Order: sequence, then structure tokens, then C-alpha cells
Amino acid sequence: MDILTEDSLLIKNYISGDEKALEILIEKHNQRLSSFIYSKVNNRDITEDIFQDTFIKVIKTLRRGTYNEEGKFLPWVMRIAHNLIIDHFRKSSRMPMFEGSDTFDIFAHIGDEKLNIERQLIKEQIDSDLEILVDELPEDQKEVLIMRIYRDMSFKEIAENTGVSINTALGRMRYALINLRKIIEQNNIALTN
Amino acid sequence: MGKIYATESDKCRLVKAKPETVKFLLAYSKSLSITEAKGLQFESNMN
Repeated sequence: MDILTEDSLLIKNYISGDEKALEILIEKHNQRLSSFIYSKVNNRDITEDIFQDTFIKVIKTLRRGTYNEEGKFLPWVMRIAHNLIIDHFRKSSRMPMFEGSDTFDIFAHIGDEKLNIERQLIKEQIDSDLEILVDELPEDQKEVLIMRIYRDMSFKEIAENTGVSINTALGRMRYALINLRKIIEQNNIALTN
Repeated sequence: MGKIYATESDKCRLVKAKPETVKFLLAYSKSLSITEAKGLQFESNMN
């Protein structure tokens, strides 16, 4: 039985429901078709993708009953693959793919600035721990620290609002930070993100 | 001569689609169903 007749017999069997016939067809032309695609695209992953898409088209056409090139299966499959290769090059010229090398990786330079969910949770935990610690400070120091850190007020504004000089406000802020550090050290608290 | 041809045999591996790809295609074929209604064909995948 020559190759062409064998293909048409396999196709006939596949159309009538024999899935094994498809497996034989794929295996039979696997190497030839893959080598053809690889010779054009020179990339194993893309070869694999185009090979897959080619056979998806083959399967659909055979199952729809629209295949009418009896005896010329391989040239037909090659033509489908050829068209898909052209599509691939059209797409990649519109949207060139950038591949990093061992010495340069674009993802080392760009990234998502947002915190991931784990870091977000840690940050929320730290913020709430810090609130409890700030609450432990003497009232005058707490007041200055809250105005400076949480309300983003300048020391001039803090001084005006609390009725003290700028130097006193600065001093209270300094002691607030020193005392916060003390509380953290004494209680072995770890505030890291 | 034999030595020259044998040293880099690894680089001459033949290109062939992976067994996973073939397996996928066979599974795709099994799940593909084509129905016809009023002269139109409809594709559906039954997983």
C-alpha cells in the first residue's frame, strides 16, 4: 500500500469515527511537518504551537466533512502550516517580541510598584501595631507626632496649632521618636515589611 | 571519520512535536462535536 493511499484510508477511517487513525496520521507526519515549520521559524516552542494549530485546522476540516483533496493529504497539511507560519510572522512584525538574555533582563528594570497581597497585609498589621504604640506616648509628644506623620503638617503649623514654639514642637517630635524606639526595644517588637 | 560525526550528535536531534502536543490533539479531536442545524454547522467542545 503506498503512502498516499494509506493516508486516504486513514482519513476515511478517522471520519467514520476511528480516533486511532488520527493518531497514526499525526505520528506519521509529525517529524516531516515539525521539521518544515522549524526550518522557517527556528524556534521549538513556536514550532510546537504552529504544529498544534495546523492539526486543529485539519481535525476541524475533516470532522466538518469539507476535506476534498483525496490523496494529497501531506501537501494540504503543509499548506495550512505554511499559512500559519505567514500569520505568525505578520503578527510578530506588528508586535515584536522582546527576549531577555543572560546579561540583560527587562524585568529586572520594570515591575509592578504595588504591594502584593502578603505585603499589603503585613503593612496593615504594622500600621495597627504602630497606632497602639503611639497611644502609649505622653499626650504632648503624641499630639505632635500625629500632626506631623498622619496629617502631614509642617512644624510651623504644629507650633501654631499647639500654642508652642517651633523648637518645642521639634523637641517633642524628637522625644516622641526616641520613646517609640524605647517601647519597641523593651517589648522586642519587630516592625518590618 | 566516525569520531567526527559522533561527537556532537546531540545537536542534531530531529525536530518532532512533543508527545503532550499529540496527546492534546487527540483529546481535542475526541471532545470536538460538530452539529448541523438548518444547513449551518456548529462546533462545540465537550470536556
